[in-house]
Amino acid sequence: MARIIVVTSGKGGVGKTTTSAAIAMGLAKKGHKTAVIDFDVGLRNLDLIMGCERRVVYDFINVINGEASINQALIRDKNCNQLYILPASQTRDKDALTLEGVGRVLEELAKEFKYIVCDSPAGIEKGANLALYFADDAFVVTNPEVSSVRDSDRMLGILASKSRRAERNEEPVREYLLLTRYDPNRVKSGEMLGLDDVQDILSLQLLGIIPESKSVLTASNAGIPVILDEKSEAGLAYQDVVARYLGEDRPHRFIDDKKGFFRKLFGGRL
Amino acid sequence: MSLLDYFRASKPKSAAIAKERLQILVAHERTERNRPSYLPQLQKELLEVIRKYVHVDQEAISVKFEQDENQETLELNIVLPDFQQEEKRVNI
Ligand SMILES: Nc1ncnc2c1ncn2[C@@H]1O[C@H](COP(=O)(O)OP(=O)(O)O)[C@@H](O)[C@H]1O
Ligand SMILES: [Mg+2]
Repeated sequence: MARIIVVTSGKGGVGKTTTSAAIAMGLAKKGHKTAVIDFDVGLRNLDLIMGCERRVVYDFINVINGEASINQALIRDKNCNQLYILPASQTRDKDALTLEGVGRVLEELAKEFKYIVCDSPAGIEKGANLALYFADDAFVVTNPEVSSVRDSDRMLGILASKSRRAERNEEPVREYLLLTRYDPNRVKSGEMLGLDDVQDILSLQLLGIIPESKSVLTASNAGIPVILDEKSEAGLAYQDVVARYLGEDRPHRFIDDKKGFFRKLFGGRL
Repeated sequence: MSLLDYFRASKPKSAAIAKERLQILVAHERTERNRPSYLPQLQKELLEVIRKYVHVDQEAISVKFEQDENQETLELNIVLPDFQQEEKRVNI
C-alpha cells in the first residue's frame, strides 16, 4: 500500500519545499520507491530544489488534463533511481487542479510507488486543500515563531475536518511536527520559542528539529536536496526524520546551544 | 550581581511573551472552529419566531456557543424593546 504524505504549514517560507525534497530523497535512498509532487501551481520551485528544472517537459496539470501520461511527466532523479519528481505547472493557475483530477493521478501513482510526498503551497486555498485532501500522513512544518505556530494549528483544524479521511470518518490523518529553522542559541537566550513552548501549544508527535543552517541555501543553490549533504546539521537532522518516520528510535540532536566562550560571556547574544 | 548576570538578566524574554499570546489566541481559535455550523441558521430562524410576537432588530439577538471538557453551552441572548427594559436570557 502506498502512503501519501502531505508537507504542509499554512504559512509560506517555513521550509515545506526544502523538507519535501529532503524527505522524498531520504525515503528513496532507503530503497522505497518515492514520488514527490509539487502542488504549487503557478509558482513551481521543487524542480529547482531537486535540480531537475531543465528536464521538465510535462507537468502535473498536463497529466490531469490528459495531455501527457504520468510516465511522460515524471522525472527520474539524477542522484537516486528510486525517486521521481512530478513538477507543477508554471503557466496555469491553481484552478486547473481539480479534486477528481488529483485523485486520479494519486491513484495511478499509488500502484507503483511506496511513498507519495505532496509539497503543499502556502495558504488555505485550493492548492493547499487538495495537497492535504488525500493524505495519510501530514508533516506539519513549523518555525518557532508566532505566526507559523498559529498557521500550523489552523492546518491541523483543516486536516481534522476537510481531509478525505475526516470526511469518510476513517482513521484520522497522522500528524507529525517538524520544527524547522530552529536556532538553539536564540532559544536559550529567550528570544525564540523553544521546542517545549511549541509543543505546549500543538502537542504533536515530533519527527524532528531541523536547525537553521547555511547548508540549506548551499544545497538549494546547487539543486541537491540538503539531506545528501553529510556534513550539514540540517541534512543529518533530515536523515533522522526519515529514520524516525520509518519507525527507528533516534535521539533528537542539534537542539542544544553551542556553548562557545564568547557566547557564555555575553549570555548567548552572539 | 556579577557582570555576567547583568547581561543575562537584562535580556528581554520575548519568547515567553510570544508563548503566552499564542496560547490565548490558539485556544480562542480552536473554540471558534469547533462551533457548530448550524449557528447562523439557528440565529436566523429564532429571530423569525421571536418577530412573530415582538418587534426586535437583527442585532437584538445573539447566540453564543461555548465549550469546555465536559459541557457545551449555547447561550441565547435577546434584548427586548424599550417598554420592557430588562434583558431576558434563555439558556439551552
Ligand atoms: N533549516 C533551514 N535553515 C536555513 N534556511 C532554511 C531552512 N529551511 C528552509 N530555509 C530557507 O527558507 C526559505 C524558504 O524555504 P522553502 O522550503 O522554500 O519554504 P516553503 O516551501 O515553506 O515556502 C528558502 O530560502 C530556504 O533556503
Ligand atoms: Mg514551497
